Amino acid sequence: MLAQFLQFLFSGITVGAAYALAALGFTIIYNTSGVINFAQGEFIMLGGMLSTALLAAGLPLPLAIALAIVLTGVVGLVVEKLVIEPARNAEVVTLIIITIGASLTIRGLVQVWLGKGNHALPAFSGEAPLHVLGASLLPQSLWVLGVALVMVGILGWFFGRTRLGKAMLATSYNKLAAQLVGINTRVILLFSFGLSALLGAVGGVILAPITYTSYDIGIMLGLKGFVAAVLGGLGGGLGAVAGGLILGISEAMAAGYISSAYKDAVPFILILLILFFRPGGLFGAKVTERV
Amino acid sequence: MTHSFTRKTVLASALLLIGMATAAAAEPIKIGSVLSVTGPAAFLGDPELKTLQVYVDKINAEGGVLGRKLELVHYDDGSESNKANSFAKRLIESDGVDVILGGTTTGATMAMVPLVEKAGVPFISLAGAVVVVEPVKKWVFKTPHTDRMAAEKVFEDMKKRGISKVGLLAETSGFGQSGRKETQGVAAKYGITLVADETYGPKDTDMTAQLTKIKNVPGLQAIFVFGLGQGPAMVTKNYGQLGINLPLYQSHGVASNEFIKLAGAAAEGVRLPTPAMLVADKLLATDPQKPVVVGYNKTYADKYKAEPSTFGGYAFDALALYVDAVKRTGSTDKEKVRNAIEQTKGFIGTTGAFNMSPTDHMGLDLSAFRMVEVKGGGWQLLK
Repeated sequence: MLAQFLQFLFSGITVGAAYALAALGFTIIYNTSGVINFAQGEFIMLGGMLSTALLAAGLPLPLAIALAIVLTGVVGLVVEKLVIEPARNAEVVTLIIITIGASLTIRGLVQVWLGKGNHALPAFSGEAPLHVLGASLLPQSLWVLGVALVMVGILGWFFGRTRLGKAMLATSYNKLAAQLVGINTRVILLFSFGLSALLGAVGGVILAPITYTSYDIGIMLGLKGFVAAVLGGLGGGLGAVAGGLILGISEAMAAGYISSAYKDAVPFILILLILFFRPGGLFGAKVTERV
Repeated sequence: MTHSFTRKTVLASALLLIGMATAAAAEPIKIGSVLSVTGPAAFLGDPELKTLQVYVDKINAEGGVLGRKLELVHYDDGSESNKANSFAKRLIESDGVDVILGGTTTGATMAMVPLVEKAGVPFISLAGAVVVVEPVKKWVFKTPHTDRMAAEKVFEDMKKRGISKVGLLAETSGFGQSGRKETQGVAAKYGITLVADETYGPKDTDMTAQLTKIKNVPGLQAIFVFGLGQGPAMVTKNYGQLGINLPLYQSHGVASNEFIKLAGAAAEGVRLPTPAMLVADKLLATDPQKPVVVGYNKTYADKYKAEPSTFGGYAFDALALYVDAVKRTGSTDKEKVRNAIEQTKGFIGTTGAFNMSPTDHMGLDLSAFRMVEVKGGGWQLLK
């Protein structure tokens, strides 16, 4: 009984940690621009796909991973430069729609260039599962969870303690005022895309041994990551992780105790409940009006 | 002077006539196709199109069929059934094709069926579901195995091993759900009771919850997974993670080397039905399918430097069946060719031996599937 519960819990944590990583990326760009970047899922996909492609091309694993992360960061910069910046005076809604276009383009290019197959990376610390009270957990799940928490720590420090981070926050609160105190808001937005692309790529690499990777994996991760980010109240790193874990665990419990057929309804029920009762998210501040 | 002029004119006219005559004879045979080369079903449609292209070129290089070249007229439906319908209309009405191959998915095929039935064009579908040929439609044929056959093949093996209580885990995709329905339908015929019935989404990343639930059903003897692509590999990995010591069966949806690569060590001991192509090099030399699948694998791999997939084989069979029927009829008359396809007997394709009849427009039996087990990171044929 306990073993079964624990197994469902571990399953939820594994999946939830993946959602949490995806959700983190959303919060960075939202923090600086109020834009929900729907290309976030593609950054995750790029991290995984590029590292498997580079590995297959004969590079050693650490180098392949590092290069994949850097390349994805560059893609983030290019996306901002080519499609977001020319439209920087447009409404936030317009920018959000532009990111959907960017995500379709990236997905299409990868599909043509790297093919439609599924790929896997080797797990970082072996495939042998850990056994706890009759339930089992893959060590890679702990990696994912650990990296997500480290990222929250780094982001908290970055936005709270560094000049650049504070400048990013200032830009999001009031762009004009930020410009008046000498912040180059264009560079800030460029930087936030690069940073969230890097973050997404790290996520994609760590997830690849568990979830596998293919050109279209970004759709699911992007969608669930978005739900997790909203659950946690957009903007906070800790909220994103909590949102991801809550989502993952409730999906696993629904699959285990109710029926796996209803599992996919869970995210939608959760998001409806949140929007009805706590529109600011579980950990969000009061709703602020952004115009 | 006048004389030589006339001679020249006659000669010129004669040459012109010959030219026209050869032009008429060289009028190409138009092979129409609608495939899902992009979109979610692209992993099926892409190798199918590549197969048609390489074999049309190959047949043309060898002199064509009845002295006429083949011309491939292709449209990509982007995995959307309603587009397949309008492309089929275009193939019939403006391109005037002699045959239509394709309909990668069951949805696309069924969207095209009413048009080909009305226009009277031979149509060979590459879709899996039973509904394509049941009930029999005059102009519609298909080359892939059905999911019902896959379930029967698996149950045949289980019965032989004395397994009767099976947990089913099916994907929520169209493939998985159709497979689930057929599995439930034929279980009783083999004395099998399905003691668990769970599902997972095609993009799910962890199925330990479902497997834990199935594992705890008392009396369970084996688990049968019905899905495509990465999902079943994930299930297999979770299966190993949970340390379940019961036989694991998969469907033909994972019959590719990618499955072993993705699932890794956990794939050891997994049993599944597969078309002969996957185990081409392991077939007995006396196996009638051996030369066909080895030839196809080589042609495809040489041209595209990529591993051939069983899906491309369905397209090969469709083209080969049509060409065979045209050769037997000696013309491309649609009605005659259709009758010839229906009379196909003992035709060896990559999928199996086709024996069509007025009541069976697929013509395959269970021998078209081989049961294999994953051993030492490769496939091993089971008796």
